Amino acid sequence: MPSALRVVLAEDGVLLREGLTALLGRFGHEVVAAVGDATALREAVAAHEPDIVVTDVRMPPAFQDEGLRAAIALRAERPLLPVLVLSQYVQREYAAELLDSGDGTGVGYLLKDRVGQVEEFVAALARVAGGGTVVDPEVVRQLLRRRRDPLAALTPREREVLALVAEGRSNVAIARELVVSEAAVGKHIGNILAKLGLPPAEDTHRRVLAVLTYLR
Amino acid sequence: MDRANTLWQALTRRDFLLSAWPWRAAGYLASSAATGALALTGLLVLAGFSLLLVGLPLLVLAGTGLAAVERRRLRLVDPEPAPGPHRTPAEPGLGAWLRLRLTEPATWREFAYGLLYALVLWPLDVLAVAAAVGLPLAAAATPVQLALDGQEARVVKTVLVTTWPGALAAAAAGLALLLLLLYPLAALAGARAQLTRLLLAPRESELRERLGEVTRSRARLVAAFEAERRRIERDLHDGAQQRLVALTMTLGLARLDAPEGPLADRIAAAHEETGRVLAELRELIHGIHPQVLADHGLAAALDDAADRSAVPVDTDVDLPRLDAPVESAAYFAVREALTNAARHAAARRIRLTARHRGALLAVEVHDDGRGGADARAGSGLTGLADRLAVLGGTLTVDSPAGGPTLLRVEIPCRAH
Repeated sequence: MPSALRVVLAEDGVLLREGLTALLGRFGHEVVAAVGDATALREAVAAHEPDIVVTDVRMPPAFQDEGLRAAIALRAERPLLPVLVLSQYVQREYAAELLDSGDGTGVGYLLKDRVGQVEEFVAALARVAGGGTVVDPEVVRQLLRRRRDPLAALTPREREVLALVAEGRSNVAIARELVVSEAAVGKHIGNILAKLGLPPAEDTHRRVLAVLTYLR
Repeated sequence: MDRANTLWQALTRRDFLLSAWPWRAAGYLASSAATGALALTGLLVLAGFSLLLVGLPLLVLAGTGLAAVERRRLRLVDPEPAPGPHRTPAEPGLGAWLRLRLTEPATWREFAYGLLYALVLWPLDVLAVAAAVGLPLAAAATPVQLALDGQEARVVKTVLVTTWPGALAAAAAGLALLLLLLYPLAALAGARAQLTRLLLAPRESELRERLGEVTRSRARLVAAFEAERRRIERDLHDGAQQRLVALTMTLGLARLDAPEGPLADRIAAAHEETGRVLAELRELIHGIHPQVLADHGLAAALDDAADRSAVPVDTDVDLPRLDAPVESAAYFAVREALTNAARHAAARRIRLTARHRGALLAVEVHDDGRGGADARAGSGLTGLADRLAVLGGTLTVDSPAGGPTLLRVEIPCRAH
C-alpha cells in the first residue's frame, strides 16, 4: 500500500471538494483531480489512473445516483480500481450494488458525515486503497435492527463480528475491539462462514461474500 | 312547521291546506310577475340594441342573469337548492369568461328559458294566480261590496246579488272555490318549478365535469406540494448539509492540530455537537423525501423504511416501478403506519406486504400491537386518506381495541 495516495475526487459541492482536498493533503495524499460531475470523473480517471476514487452519490445533472453509477461503471472497466463512495445517507441498496461490482474488494461505502471524523475517514480510505472492504457502521446498525435470514442462524456475538468484518477490520482489529483473543475471532468467522454456507476458499474473498450476504 | 319535504308530497297530505305550501305555491307564481315584467322589458331593450349587434352577447348573458334570479326564486317551492350549471374559467380575465359562457350549452338553455319566460310563462303564471286566488277572493268579498254599496253587489262583476243571504252564499262559495282551486294551483307551481329546474339546473354530465375539475385541482395541489418537498430537500442537501459537513471537517482538523488543553476540549465538544446536528439534519432530509424513492422506487424505499423502523419488520415486497405520485403516497402511508405501530400501538412485530396485481397497488401493514387506531379521529391517518383519495386510492384501517391492527392502502395504477 503506497503511503501517499493519488486520489481522484468527485463532489459537486465546491465547499466540500475544497475541504476534502485540504483534508487529504493534510495526511499526505494528493488529489490529482477534483471534479464536479460523473462524466468528468470518468475522464479524470482515464487521464490520471489514480490509486483510489472518492465520489459522492448524488451529482449533476439529474442529482440522483450518478456518482454511484459512475463508480460501478469504473469498477466494471477496472476491477482493481479502489472506489470509496460517500453518501448523503446510508442505503443498503447502494452499498449492496457497489459491493457487487468487481469482486467486492477495494470498495467502501461511507456516510458523508464520516469525513468529519478525519482520522477514521483517512484510515478507511487507506483500507479501501489497500483492497479492503468498508461498509458504514450505520448501514450495519440498521441491518441489525431487522432480523434477516440467513443471518437468523448467527449468534449475537457472531453478528457483532460480522458487523466489524463489514467495516473492513482485520482479525487483529476485531479482537482488539471485542477484547477477545485473535484465535476466538478466527473461530467466530469460521462459524459465520459455515452458517452462511460459504465453502472454504481463499479466506479474504469469503469474508467479502459474508458481508454481501449480510447486506442483502 | 312543514313536515312534507316537497310540494308534491304536500299535495297528497290531508293537512295540505293548513300548511304553508299553498301560500308558497301562490307566492311563487305571483312573484313571477315582478321578474317576468323585468325580463320582458330587458328583452325588448336588449333586442333593440342587438340591431346594432353589440347587444347580442349581452342579450344571451341576460338570460344567465335572469336564470340566477329564477334559481333563487325556485327555493319558494323547491327546498332542494339548484346550483348554477356553469363551469369556472380555467384562466382569469373577462375574455376567457365570455368565451366559456358563450360556448357552454347551459348558457343557451338559460337564454331559451329567458325567451320562453318573458314571452309565455310569466303571463301564464300571473293568469293562474288571478284565476285561482283572485276570483274566489272577489266572490268572498261580496258581503263587503254589499255593505259598502247598501243596495246591490255583483259577484265577480257578473251575477247580481241584492240580499244578505245571497251575498253570504256567494262568499261561502268563493271560499270553498278558493280551497278547491289551491290544489291545481299548487300542481301548476310544482310543474313550473320542474320546468325551471330542468332548464336551469346543471345536467348530470355537467356535474360530472365539475367533479372532474375539483379532482384535477386537488391533484395539482398535491403535485405542487410534492415538488415543494423535493425543492426543500434539495436545498437542505445542497446548502445546509454541505456546509455542516465542511464545518465538521474543519473542526476535525482543528482537533488534530490543537495543543492539549481547554481549547482542544472545546473544539472537541463543538466537533461532536456538529456531528449530532448533522445526524439530525440527515434524518430530517430523509423524512422529507428519501432519495431512494426517486432512484430505486417504492420497493427499495419500503425496504429502507423497514430497516429504519424501531419495531422489527418482516417485508414481503414485490413491485414494479409505478408513477411517482403513487409511489410517494404509498411510501408515506407506510411510514406513518410504522411510526404509529411503534409509538401508539406498542407493537413488537410488523408484517409489511406490497403487491401490484391487475392495475392495483395493495400495501398492507399488519402489527401485533394494542389496536384502537381510527382513521377518522383526526390523526395523521386522515391526511393520508385525503392524499390517497386524490389518486383514487383508499385507506382502510381495521384496528379493534386490543389489536391487532391491519392498515391497507389500495391505489389503482399501471406499472411502468
